[in-house]
Amino acid sequence: MTHAHPARADDDRPPTDYELLETAVRELLIEKGIVTADEIRAAIEAMDARSPAEGARVVARAWLDADYRRRLLADGRAAVGELGIDIGPTRLVVVENTARVHNVIVCTLCSCYPRMLLGLPPDWYKSRAYRARVVAEPRAVLAEFGTVIADDVTVRVHDSTADMRYLVLPRRPEGSEGMREAALAALVTRDAMIGVSVPKAPAA
Amino acid sequence: MTARFRPGARVRVRDRHAQGHLRTPVYLRGKAGVVERLCGRFRNPESLAYGGSGLPERALYRVRFSQRALWPDYRGSADDTLDADLYEHWLDPDETRRR
Repeated sequence: MTHAHPARADDDRPPTDYELLETAVRELLIEKGIVTADEIRAAIEAMDARSPAEGARVVARAWLDADYRRRLLADGRAAVGELGIDIGPTRLVVVENTARVHNVIVCTLCSCYPRMLLGLPPDWYKSRAYRARVVAEPRAVLAEFGTVIADDVTVRVHDSTADMRYLVLPRRPEGSEGMREAALAALVTRDAMIGVSVPKAPAA
Repeated sequence: MTARFRPGARVRVRDRHAQGHLRTPVYLRGKAGVVERLCGRFRNPESLAYGGSGLPERALYRVRFSQRALWPDYRGSADDTLDADLYEHWLDPDETRRR
């Protein structure tokens, strides 16, 4: 079968200073027996295996269990631990969307993100455009994501500048009454937990 | 836990220009906001980033700013806010009268 596409240049380039530094430190740590190559590989694999499904499980439980929701808002790390999700020493602040308030998360200084609950951040989250614009014109940025916030709803932007990590607890969609936890979790998207979107509507 | 500011306290971010691993964004320096909560005490990243001990630990606050106070031409509700996590040594009491 013929298959044609335009020629594309290889992206070969010399390593940057930081890439050389990373390689040098990694090789030294292995050479000195402090870590093994397999431990480094396993840590990368474990981080790559995290996905927004973890966060979605937390959100679905909070929708179904008012007491759990209260515990989640009071102490995020302890509450996700109840569901068997270990986020290590990370301090988690869960911010709740309501009929009056919409929350959205950013890290203007780098790309702090609740990785233990959402996996690796999307490329746009790390882009300068998102980081610079969402703090100054959040309503315009949200609209570009297809999320139009009514004028009488307060928009709260959370800049994760230091040791706290943030997760948005979105509003439970209408029409989801009576749904079970797993079905509810399937409505909760990564972007809804960052706050640039809202959960999917249940299938009619 | 000793903390200089309580929730509800009006504070102003120091307008300090320093080099290093600073966790206080430039767009908030010199701006006034309200302490939303005390987040706890953490090792100082400005020292940790360079191999220091980060001690003594510093109080970290979540400070809430009015968007209209940050951006003169902000388009959106007057109630819209921005929260950021700021260390105590970057905050002073805000003595100016509330607008």
